Amino acid sequence: MKKFLSATAMYAVLASAAFAGSHSETVKIGVMMAFTGPLESLAPPIAAGAELALNEVNEAGGILDGKMLEAVRGDGTCTDAAAATAAAERLITSDGIAGLVGAMCSGTTGAVLTNVAVPNGILQISPSATSPGLSDQEDNGLFFRLAPSDARQGEVMAEIIRERGFSEVAVTYTNNDYGAGLAGSFQAAFEAAGGTITLSASHEDGKADYSAEVGSLASAGGEALVVVGYVDQGGSGIIQNALDTGAFDTFVLPDGMVGTILEENFGSDIDGSFGQNPSAENERGDDYIAMAEAAGFDGTSVYAKEGYDSMALMLLAMSAAGSTNGAEAASKVMELANAPGEKIYAGELGKALEIIANGGDIDYVGASAVELIEPGEASGGYMEVEMKDGKLMQIGFR
Amino acid sequence: MEFLNAFVALSNFVLVPAIAYGSQLALGALGVTLIYGILRFSNFAHGDTMAFGAMCTILVTWLLQGWGVSLGPLPTALLALPFGILGAAALVLVTDRAVYRFYRAQKVKPVILVIVSMGVMFIYNGLTRFIIGPDDQRFADGERFIISARDFKSMTGLDEGLAIKTSQGITVITAVITVALLFWFLNRTRTGKSMRAYSDNEDLALLSGINPERVVMYTWLIVAALATIAGTLYGLDKSFKPFTYFQLLLPIFAAAIVGGLGSPLGAIAGGFVIAFSEVTITYAWKKVVTYLMPEALEPDGLLQLLGTDYKFAVSFVILVIVLLFRPTGLFKGKSV
Repeated sequence: MKKFLSATAMYAVLASAAFAGSHSETVKIGVMMAFTGPLESLAPPIAAGAELALNEVNEAGGILDGKMLEAVRGDGTCTDAAAATAAAERLITSDGIAGLVGAMCSGTTGAVLTNVAVPNGILQISPSATSPGLSDQEDNGLFFRLAPSDARQGEVMAEIIRERGFSEVAVTYTNNDYGAGLAGSFQAAFEAAGGTITLSASHEDGKADYSAEVGSLASAGGEALVVVGYVDQGGSGIIQNALDTGAFDTFVLPDGMVGTILEENFGSDIDGSFGQNPSAENERGDDYIAMAEAAGFDGTSVYAKEGYDSMALMLLAMSAAGSTNGAEAASKVMELANAPGEKIYAGELGKALEIIANGGDIDYVGASAVELIEPGEASGGYMEVEMKDGKLMQIGFR
Repeated sequence: MEFLNAFVALSNFVLVPAIAYGSQLALGALGVTLIYGILRFSNFAHGDTMAFGAMCTILVTWLLQGWGVSLGPLPTALLALPFGILGAAALVLVTDRAVYRFYRAQKVKPVILVIVSMGVMFIYNGLTRFIIGPDDQRFADGERFIISARDFKSMTGLDEGLAIKTSQGITVITAVITVALLFWFLNRTRTGKSMRAYSDNEDLALLSGINPERVVMYTWLIVAALATIAGTLYGLDKSFKPFTYFQLLLPIFAAAIVGGLGSPLGAIAGGFVIAFSEVTITYAWKKVVTYLMPEALEPDGLLQLLGTDYKFAVSFVILVIVLLFRPTGLFKGKSV
């Protein structure tokens, strides 16, 4: 007991020392990704991207007259809004973060925005939240996202499917904001384009067995199965079962399903399946992939580019505003992200800081060709991917 | 041809999965029913005993895989099964010593034992998650299919494919062997007979010199074996995730009660009744009916009685109906 007491006392002293330290020299930025949960395999490259941008700014001398930056990770889960809110609350009260990159999934992002970012007045930029609902959410101008709304993805997916000559597809979606939102916008766009949806059925994540779901989808028929789900969760379970029973062999994969784990799980069994994930054409996109490789992670992973850009944009906005205050920094985000100004690509954050310090204007392009539209979301470029010989290949942009 | 296609589609999506699922439920329900018959309480910890046994099997499987041991086309897990059973047996015997024996000595009412078993369930629950974590684990290896849908189509030239997974085949064969062994044990051996005697009339059994602690120990050993086999087969066929075993508790109890608690034969019948009702009621019959009907009568709708989300509700409804109209179950077990 004595040891325990002295240990806690020491810890309290250390913690308060660290807390005091955080206010003098370093600016802390929260990086909240879904490190556990249905998208856990996608989270590490996004967080690594954000931290890559942060380190780059540190190497260039920091922001606000040489203040160094520090990233603090928090687990946003993906499905548990209460856990995400608590983690964000902790980042603010105990770590004293000045801005938050995240959260990853739409539901948790909305919860963190309403319960934590807005009441505390900090800037929040999500690399990956796509739910159409976030466009209308009350944010006091503090929230931005580098992912386009799924209303747009639904249209793009419908277009791609029609161009490949499919007119009848079945849809299964994960039963949450993301799944229902995207499935709905896709259905509207696909039917407007003259296609038929044979069945749009939800599935629950985390089940051991999807034979019943696949059974009804197979019975409804269709030339391909659109799987609006998560690659670490029910989405892969559905594909596995559909392959096992021979119900479908072509799958359409939206952003939650595009991950290299597909290659590992299914390989060439799903050759010919295709999909899209948000990513605009960028003449210097390879710069970032090389940077990521040097830093030891996969820069082509879904939203890894947006992770870098979210952090970069946040830090540039803070230095343009000359303050870490959420509202002041937020007022700079749009003009930094869009033309006019000198184009800034990934790896040029030092140059950008210099231009800003000299009072110049920049157009941040970054790794993912950032272009923001009102109310603070990406305009919606998509990269088309296809499974060929067991590998996930990029085949174009739209 | 049309008829064959209909039959193959039905087999692929209904018969084969339901038979495999039914076997898994039957093995689970046998364990529940034995506990109910001999120890006289509903063991809520059964689902998590399955999870624990399956987890032990998985850990040994990984070890064997690490050593490069394999069974060729069969999953290595079969080789690891005896070790899993040992692990589960040790766990339930220790639990019995530490927990159940205390309450048995006091001759508490069955309902108290039920609540106690719930506490045990939460402990097992935590134990499994503590050791292997809450996530999905893959441990299946060997040949994936006995026959795959694509091969079946090219072999027969039919439009519909029929896939039979190795795990489904193994499930059915293992279940048949296990059940045969169990019935032989209960009906032919001295220990089995003493267990049945103890189940039928405790006082008479005690008077005729049967040692109750021995009967209890054998019961737990058999239950541990059944639970581990059921848990491993379910994990092989679907996937291993601790939470799904907790969810399995409902269909397993439904199976045991529908068949008649305390009746081993009933548990097996109940397992298949529940499995087939779950699958057929949530299956969309459109495809099968389209093959059978003339073109003019082809259905537009899906012909699905209940959405797949309601799968677990089906076992609930059957449970309620049986309890209302035939509380002793199909095979005249003990009334609940």
